[in-house]
Amino acid sequence: MFAVELAYWQETILKLLFAFVAVLIPAGATVNLYLFKMVSFMQSRLGPMEAGPYGSLQLVAEVGKWAQKEDIVPARADEFVYKASPYVVLLSTFLLVLVVPFGPDAFFANFGTGIFFAMAVSSVSVIGILMAGWASASKYSLLGGLRAAGQLIAYELPLVLAVVGVVIQAGSLNLQDIVMAQHNGEIFGWGAIGNPFILTQFVGFMIFLIAVQAELTQTPFDMPIAESELVSGYMTEYSGFRFLLFFIGEFATANIFAFLGATLFLGGWSIPPFLMDIIPGLAPELDATGAVLSEGGNSAAGMSPWFNLIGPIVMLVKMLALTFIVYWVRFTYPRFREDQLQKFAWKVLIPISLVNIAVTGVLKVVF
Amino acid sequence: MTDMLDRRQMAYIASQAADARVNVELEAEGMTLNVGPQHPATHGTLRVVLRLDGEEVVAADPIMGYMHRGYEKLAEVRTYPQVTTLINRIDWLGSFANEVPFILAAERLMEIEAPPRAQWIRTILFEMARIANVTLFLGDMGVQLGAISPVFYAFRDREFILNQIEAATGGRFHPNFDRIGGVKDDLPAGWIADTKASLQTIRNFCDEMEDLLLGNEIFEARTRGIGIIPADVGLAYGMSGANIRASGVDWDLRRDNPVGLVYDQVDWKVWTHPDGDSFARYWVRLQETREACNIVDQLLDGIPAGPIMAKVPRIIKVPEGEAYVATENPLGEMGYYVISQGGLEPFRVKIRSASFSNMSITPWLLKGTYVPDVITILASLYFILGDIDR
Repeated sequence: MFAVELAYWQETILKLLFAFVAVLIPAGATVNLYLFKMVSFMQSRLGPMEAGPYGSLQLVAEVGKWAQKEDIVPARADEFVYKASPYVVLLSTFLLVLVVPFGPDAFFANFGTGIFFAMAVSSVSVIGILMAGWASASKYSLLGGLRAAGQLIAYELPLVLAVVGVVIQAGSLNLQDIVMAQHNGEIFGWGAIGNPFILTQFVGFMIFLIAVQAELTQTPFDMPIAESELVSGYMTEYSGFRFLLFFIGEFATANIFAFLGATLFLGGWSIPPFLMDIIPGLAPELDATGAVLSEGGNSAAGMSPWFNLIGPIVMLVKMLALTFIVYWVRFTYPRFREDQLQKFAWKVLIPISLVNIAVTGVLKVVF
Repeated sequence: MTDMLDRRQMAYIASQAADARVNVELEAEGMTLNVGPQHPATHGTLRVVLRLDGEEVVAADPIMGYMHRGYEKLAEVRTYPQVTTLINRIDWLGSFANEVPFILAAERLMEIEAPPRAQWIRTILFEMARIANVTLFLGDMGVQLGAISPVFYAFRDREFILNQIEAATGGRFHPNFDRIGGVKDDLPAGWIADTKASLQTIRNFCDEMEDLLLGNEIFEARTRGIGIIPADVGLAYGMSGANIRASGVDWDLRRDNPVGLVYDQVDWKVWTHPDGDSFARYWVRLQETREACNIVDQLLDGIPAGPIMAKVPRIIKVPEGEAYVATENPLGEMGYYVISQGGLEPFRVKIRSASFSNMSITPWLLKGTYVPDVITILASLYFILGDIDR
């Protein structure tokens, strides 16, 4: 139906364009919706009301403001590293979005070790943050950068271990396979809603959410930024456009992790199978064995092409649900101290996630 | 030309020296961190120089005086009624409470006593100043620990109390309402009922804070056992107010030395906590806010009728003598030592403000803590910069 033959370079340019759309549009949406409005209502105030109807253009005004500001480099800063670090942080965000599938054919890259790749590139941002902390030649930045390094490394582990449970259950590292495993899954023979892994992997889901909160350095794990202690942590010295890049990196990464969480635990871009039976034209193409047709490493090839349009919307809804939790927690809780944070990671989260993996493995063999 | 070269060379040498200094600080044992005078956690211009080993504090040195306004000296060239305008700005969150001890000291020198109704109005406004002051602490402690929302609730609910203070005195922040021999005006019509309603919002706010912060595991983990002040150390450093009551010292000037205020007319209790840590200080202040609501409630019920001013000469001349009057202000003991030589102006005014004494314990208290705990401890000691630098 949408069969358009494109040259390789055309496809690459389109994908690049869509990568920017997939990173920036959801980031703007969540910032406007949650950071400006929802939080304001939580704190019994109105939030931005002047720019555009109901303050909806506030973000445009903010971006304009930042773009105009002077790009200040501290006199004693290591200039190259200082200037490069926001791009390194943003790089990890863009690498993360590559593996997220938004539909049967709507993905940037579909490779066998998708989730492994995502977990690996999510730690690239640590390097950027360390660079920023060190190169700023500010003591607050240095403390913030070192705190961030310790924290992100500690929470990488529970994040990976939480995902392992899903991987065991789906039997694949490929995110498209994980989506299809949830779509085709059955709960004791009842397949009307598939089997979203949030039901079977609830412990893993909770650990994933907590670890993501720490990866994103959001309250209660925001000690690398800690306004009341370190002014702004590793971002203290940044201004203007480079600060904007950090800002985009922070909020876009929250969305990408929410996309990943939706893919791993909430069924990804697919909708519950019983809805597909009701709505005409969504019936999947089946192969000889009665399973959804798979083709060239893409296990979702048999799904209706309409999902390339529906999928991104479904993903956006699920992402908004997950980011809601992120911001809700962020503006409610006080923050931990770093040693408490490390204790929490090593003594609570990692043992629980290991037990979760063991239990998942046993049950996988039994059923 | 040579001049410019010289200057450039000097700048280069200076930058090299600065680099060397930074390197020494970063690579040798520990570094020096200036917290303030411009820092989000010092709510004002307090500067704390921290000597750090990693994130552990080896030595801490609070440096005060960035906001010194010379009120003691200025008071010497102001007439007695004019001084209240100045001292309103000492503890700016509970301004009315600053005026009372000074006026009481002047009244003692003049041997005047305010009529009962004036005393009751004074006590009511005094306690409302306490509520206006401490509610902000209850929310602000959350901000210092990273929870941003509580402070907005504090500002929201405090507004009702400020409105009532404004309705009675005409000034939201700086009432300037206390006069030698009484108070400026009587209470407006309907004020008592409105105030009772606003007290209810404060009570709800206290319950909300108990749910949001006090009952939060992270809050407890961050404050329990952090910044413990033993009772004897606290007393030796001259601490007062809720800070010392949180160390288990049952001492409150409202009960122990109720000069010119009518605390003996109401049924209330002094809250203490045995622990002496940051959590205890928060807990005591929360209970005190509730208790202040009870006190105001009872005072509003029993307020006597009568005049609000004693007979005072039109031009106030204070006879020769010396007087020290201290009251239990929101931040602790606040006293004025007034020396008069019989003129229109005081000869000398010494202000004993609570925050200044409370801050003196910080070098002892901060040693061996971590950077995040420094912020917790400073927040829980609850100082107002205007109260440190008069």
